[in-house]
Amino acid sequence: MADTHAAQAAASGTTTTGTPTSAMSGSDTHFGAGYAVSAGSTAHGAHARAHQFDTPQQQYAASNLGMWIFLATEVMTFGGFFLAYIVYRALYPETFALASPHQSATWGTINTFALILSSLTMALAVHAAQTGNRRRLTMFLGFTIALACVFLVVKSIEYTTHIEENLWIGSQNFHMERPAGEIVDPEAARVDLDSTVQQGRAKIFFFLYWTMTGLHGFHVLIGIVLLSALLINNLRKVYSENYYTPVEMTGLYWHFVDLVWIFLFPLLYLLGGAHWHI
Amino acid sequence: MATVSTPIGEPIRRPERRVRLTYLNNGYGLRSWLFTLDHKRIAWLYLITITVAFMVGSIEATLIRLELLTPAGDLVQAENYSKLFTMHGITMIFLFLVPSIPAVLGNFFIPMMVGARDVAFPRLNLLSWYVYMLGALFLLAVMLLGGTDTGWTFYTPLSTTNYTQNVVPAAMGILIVGFSSILTGLNFLVTIHKMRAPGLTWFKMQLFLWSLYATSLIQVLATPVLAITLLLVAVERTLRVGIFDPALGGDPILFQHMFWFYSHPAVYIMILPGMGVISELISAFTRRNVFGYRFVAASSVAIAIYGFLVWGHHLFVAGQSVYSAMVFSVLSFFVAIPSAIKVFNWTATLYKASVWLQTPMLYAIGFIGLFVVGGLTGLFLAALATDVALSDTYFVVAHFHYVMVGGMLLAYLGGLHYWWPKMTGRMYPEFLGKLAAITVFLGFNLTFFPQFVAGALGMNRRYYSYDSSYQIYNVLSTAGSTILGVGFILPLFYLTWSLKFGKLAPDNPWGSAGLEWQSPTPPPPENFEEQPVVLHGPHHYTRKEVTVG
Ligand SMILES: [Cu+2]
Repeated sequence: MADTHAAQAAASGTTTTGTPTSAMSGSDTHFGAGYAVSAGSTAHGAHARAHQFDTPQQQYAASNLGMWIFLATEVMTFGGFFLAYIVYRALYPETFALASPHQSATWGTINTFALILSSLTMALAVHAAQTGNRRRLTMFLGFTIALACVFLVVKSIEYTTHIEENLWIGSQNFHMERPAGEIVDPEAARVDLDSTVQQGRAKIFFFLYWTMTGLHGFHVLIGIVLLSALLINNLRKVYSENYYTPVEMTGLYWHFVDLVWIFLFPLLYLLGGAHWHI
Repeated sequence: MATVSTPIGEPIRRPERRVRLTYLNNGYGLRSWLFTLDHKRIAWLYLITITVAFMVGSIEATLIRLELLTPAGDLVQAENYSKLFTMHGITMIFLFLVPSIPAVLGNFFIPMMVGARDVAFPRLNLLSWYVYMLGALFLLAVMLLGGTDTGWTFYTPLSTTNYTQNVVPAAMGILIVGFSSILTGLNFLVTIHKMRAPGLTWFKMQLFLWSLYATSLIQVLATPVLAITLLLVAVERTLRVGIFDPALGGDPILFQHMFWFYSHPAVYIMILPGMGVISELISAFTRRNVFGYRFVAASSVAIAIYGFLVWGHHLFVAGQSVYSAMVFSVLSFFVAIPSAIKVFNWTATLYKASVWLQTPMLYAIGFIGLFVVGGLTGLFLAALATDVALSDTYFVVAHFHYVMVGGMLLAYLGGLHYWWPKMTGRMYPEFLGKLAAITVFLGFNLTFFPQFVAGALGMNRRYYSYDSSYQIYNVLSTAGSTILGVGFILPLFYLTWSLKFGKLAPDNPWGSAGLEWQSPTPPPPENFEEQPVVLHGPHHYTRKEVTVG
């Protein structure tokens, strides 16, 4: 990817003062060991370019790669949870089948739509930034923030219900009732939920539920902070068609947060039979 | 260098001294250091803090060795002994070894070796030091609260029971330090990818860059898993839920899988940078490019990727299926191949070379010897049959100290001496340097070789008292650790001394071909006075003008 660096240097108006042969004989510089010297690239010029970069393109490429690496660490983070989920689901399939109907598929679907829609508005915001349309950028950032807030509000309604139903894992009276409605899985139908063993397994499901949705919700919250910062900066006319890297990077982050939810939703809400209640 | 000739009869006048701007005289106040964005100054922040961490870890080690001098528990009792070795492990691994070469030498020299003015994200670089400090504060608090006693591995269900103390702050401290390590790794990866000077293609990169690239890859991909694992332990402990507790339906083996998924690759976080330093040292002091350069470079990345597939060898006696144990055993043998490639290539580079035996080179040769012992004894432990017998004995302790101390620490010291002139503008005293290198080597072997014997004879690790038949080995080991201690204190004093009183260093005292040496000493704030362009491969010693003494 960066093998085009020489080309970049050329693009930024850097000229190599020494050809390979002249550099070989040129021992009067500090670059005696066969390194040539190019002049002029330390000049600072372009707007919003940090001193360590030669060109805005290089800065953009660095930010972009940095963001992707960050997302890779995020994949590994959530991957640890998914691994734990897979292990325990394989160990206790029937308890998990009884646990997931405690999540309202209705709320879950509303939230899934909210996030998918927000991915769309985010993409439109990035496009607005690239074309330098500040008004549309403000509008779409606003939509994205609103949808993110919808998500968090719905999530807290769900959390409140869970706490009322004694499903908070830190609670002394944690107890998972048999879910209302029909149970599809015949194995699950036979489970005696009053035993401590089964309650322990139910608690493992809700451990995963709370930590996974909690960590995801935290990411949504961070996303709202980032999007609001973009919005404020845009009102201060910071971005233009020449400089919109932060909008694009936040966009990548936001799509990732949405994508994680696309995995969480079926695992925590739908497996074992969706229950459409509020 | 041109000499100034003075006309006869004129009074001898010193040439007017214009003070060149260097990263060291570019601001003097405390603020100019604590809020610096210069990667070279951030390297110093790390150097100072990890030195303190190393001293704390050494004090803990000293107490352990003193206790083990006699078979009975006379200095400390069981509980305090557990806390001592736990804190020794946590301090040395997370606060010293993991950041040592990357955060100090890597921070200073990666941008210089790629010919850049700084790392890709200088603010992130400073932030990662502050994050490290925050994590270190948590661990310091743990020490002040009386320490934790789970072992550095935090095995469940022990770590989630009430018998153990201060597990949550310790886990949080390590988690925070882990974030610092992720940020550093991310920064280095982007720097190496995107900040390379014109002409510096991948296979023109110095081997130090290759090894730190591989290290960063592991830091970025493995550390998040450790973070999540420790977070789960902390939640389990605080809320009394049993995700790893078998009594509540949890699976303690899952913890071990997740923990070692990070911690085996972490072994490579702690040795790959050392290998990179050794490649640089061997090349510089033999005036040769490392034999089989491309293989050595690629083997770093191979180790990084392959290291993710062998974690199961830590679970041979922990209840995984026989078949997965066999697979992990075979895979663990294979991971020795890229390491062996490096050792063979270093040896081949030394073959018939004229070696300049300066202090850094002494460390490099010591490294190769000790790393071979550490690596080969690792194969005993990778083999399923022998591991069942040797598991949890002093054989394991000796093995990983040969790799971690004999490997990484020696490489760190070697690298620190090698680059000291560039970092400080001063030379260290060569005689004392050599003396310390030899002292460390002898002290180290006397400390840890007897532990191989004691372990093979069956002495268990992690106990404060032992059968008196093992005493002779422990006396030898404690005696050795005293010598080792002297070997560490010496550089601490003479390096500090040399900051003010050392001989002024020329730009390139070793005549090294590395790009980092082609800048004035000490380097200017933006590393080079003009943008370098790389015209040939690394470690290029065939040309005349660099063969200076
Ligand atoms: Cu291992």
